[in-house]
Amino acid sequence: MILEGKKRVWNEYQKEIADDKYFYARSCIRQNFFPGAEKTFLQIMRNELGKEVYDDPKHTTCTGIAYHTDIIPLETIMTVVARQFSLMSESGYENYVPSCITSFGIYTEILELWEHNPELEEKARDFLYKSTKREFKKPKNLAHASDVIFKFRNEIAQKAKHRLVNCNTGEPLRVIEHIGCHYARMFPHKGVGGAEYPYVLAGLAESFGGEVVDYPERRTCCGFGFRQYLVQANRGYSVACSKRKFESMAPFNPDVIITNCPGCPYFLDRWQYVISEMEGKIYGQNGHGIPVLTFEELAGLMMGYNPWDIGLQMHQISIEPLLDKIGIEYNMHNKYCDAEGNFMGKPEIPELVKFY
Amino acid sequence: MKETEKHILIVGAGPAGIEAAEHLSDLGYQISIVEKDEAIGGKLNNWHQLFPDHRPAKEVLSHLVNKLPKNVKFYLNSTVTKTIKEENLFNVEINGKTKIQCDSILLTVGFDVFDARIKEEYGYGIYDNVVTSADLEHIFNQNNKILTTQGKIPKKIAFINCVGSRDEKVGNLYCSSVCCVTGVKQAIEAKQMAPDAEVFMFYMDIRMYGRFYEDLYLEAQEKYHVQFIRGRLSEVAELQDGSLLLKADDTLAGCPIKVHADLVVLLIGFVPAASCNSLSKMLNIECAKDGFFAPCDVHIDRNSTGTEGIYMAGACTGPKNLEASLADARSAALKIHYHLVHGKATNLINELS
Repeated sequence: MILEGKKRVWNEYQKEIADDKYFYARSCIRQNFFPGAEKTFLQIMRNELGKEVYDDPKHTTCTGIAYHTDIIPLETIMTVVARQFSLMSESGYENYVPSCITSFGIYTEILELWEHNPELEEKARDFLYKSTKREFKKPKNLAHASDVIFKFRNEIAQKAKHRLVNCNTGEPLRVIEHIGCHYARMFPHKGVGGAEYPYVLAGLAESFGGEVVDYPERRTCCGFGFRQYLVQANRGYSVACSKRKFESMAPFNPDVIITNCPGCPYFLDRWQYVISEMEGKIYGQNGHGIPVLTFEELAGLMMGYNPWDIGLQMHQISIEPLLDKIGIEYNMHNKYCDAEGNFMGKPEIPELVKFY
Repeated sequence: MKETEKHILIVGAGPAGIEAAEHLSDLGYQISIVEKDEAIGGKLNNWHQLFPDHRPAKEVLSHLVNKLPKNVKFYLNSTVTKTIKEENLFNVEINGKTKIQCDSILLTVGFDVFDARIKEEYGYGIYDNVVTSADLEHIFNQNNKILTTQGKIPKKIAFINCVGSRDEKVGNLYCSSVCCVTGVKQAIEAKQMAPDAEVFMFYMDIRMYGRFYEDLYLEAQEKYHVQFIRGRLSEVAELQDGSLLLKADDTLAGCPIKVHADLVVLLIGFVPAASCNSLSKMLNIECAKDGFFAPCDVHIDRNSTGTEGIYMAGACTGPKNLEASLADARSAALKIHYHLVHGKATNLINELS
């Protein structure tokens, strides 16, 4: 591996990321799959970095999944996107930050579409006005939430209590970075580091002292792929896709997988359990599977946030082996308690994957 | 004015420039050659053996250079920085200082090779054992053997065709015409140097248009057992031992495949020389949509430009093999001779007007 070659590629794909006053658009699925992740993002941005982030309760889904599965037409999604932008304009913000990678891809695609086809933008403005009497300005800056965390990675790392280093050996932890397909594949120059060697998560992992692992199926989809999961009959493709990735990364002995798309951590996490049940195959070390984190969860953990406060008990693959390696203390008694300390009940223990 | 008093400036001292210089000198003209590199010979300097007969490139280069008359004046490490035409004469500035006057200009600036780093997914410049066809000629020249960067004889070698050619993604729609035969030649040479190696070639179409090229293709299959796989490479990844994993399509079998290789050779195509763009602006010469110089007429006048007194030859008007470049250079020499003898332009534009 010639690191200079990678650095050259990274240098070619720089993007402008606003440094304050963000309009935050939550993800439909991230809130459900890993509900602590977005809270952690807001906490880091507001409390640790002192940034202004507006979390507007009036915004809706971007309808990206419906668009990519051909359930709604282009005109509908353009109008919904136009409404999201109108909420941003009305609240006085210009920097749009979606939590979801699919949404980020949708906003990027539609802004490009309007750039090249102004008549479509006029159409969207017309539809929005007729249906809601709203008007909008296009964002001055569009960046995914992981771009924003990347921008401030060194500041976060300076404030961090932990590092991605094995506390017993002093060796850097081996990190698999998985980038959502819609982050830069369509528009490589809209992603930090481009599409082939994205740097957005690699840079984050490096700033925390981790060692990024390049493995052959790095670019392969996590397994979500919309139609291959949403159409129930196709779910075999989804599991097979994830399995291909696990098989490819396993020889590199990764300590953790980090992701920036809301769907990817879900599938890379849950399908490890499914594959263990289907085939008796368990990846990772000591029968525990490979822990999977979102970028917000990773940053939150490094900042020293309580793993259970940021929702890591919602992961199918136990996160504790990773916490032990880093040297993060945790209280098992609080794992399944809510914010008031009430016991919420325990999940059913899987048969094969070892579970804490 | 006698021919001996007339002066022709040739821009580019590759095979086409040298060939034209020899013929124009024989016709009695004074010749100056401006060459951007420190040596003459162009890319032939870096080539090991030529297709289709594995003739040493140095042999052909020596032949070309030895024929050059002694009175040819060279400006090495030099570029044309300014040109002003006054009636039938060109006042040319070289390297921003030296000024010469000439009666005609011949452009033989050749081509650049495609920068394989643009195909990021192939990992050139990132993975140690991904090399280009130009690199492989250099490796052959240096060692006369084929080795990985770990210094081992490769057990599996994969050649990848059409890197930077016929590729809409990088904006090059044209075929570079010589990559197929170069790859087949190099695959045979690789097998001769590493007889136990398995050699694969990924291709879209094998375009063996030249005389005896098809023979070479058959020889590669029958004698050297090179395996030709019809399908484009999707991506390359590096494994822990420095070997490579290739993902590709086999379009004849109709399935995606994975192939391990110790060495990957990217058969890079032609791109217009960097100087094409600047010279076209300076001399008011058109470039075609592929970026190479546009001939006055693609069928019947390939050497004339739209500007009287300025001609062109070789790969600056599009990908060509060596013999086509040399023939083109001779054709241009004759064209310039007619122009200077008759004292008027003979290009098609003027004939038609």
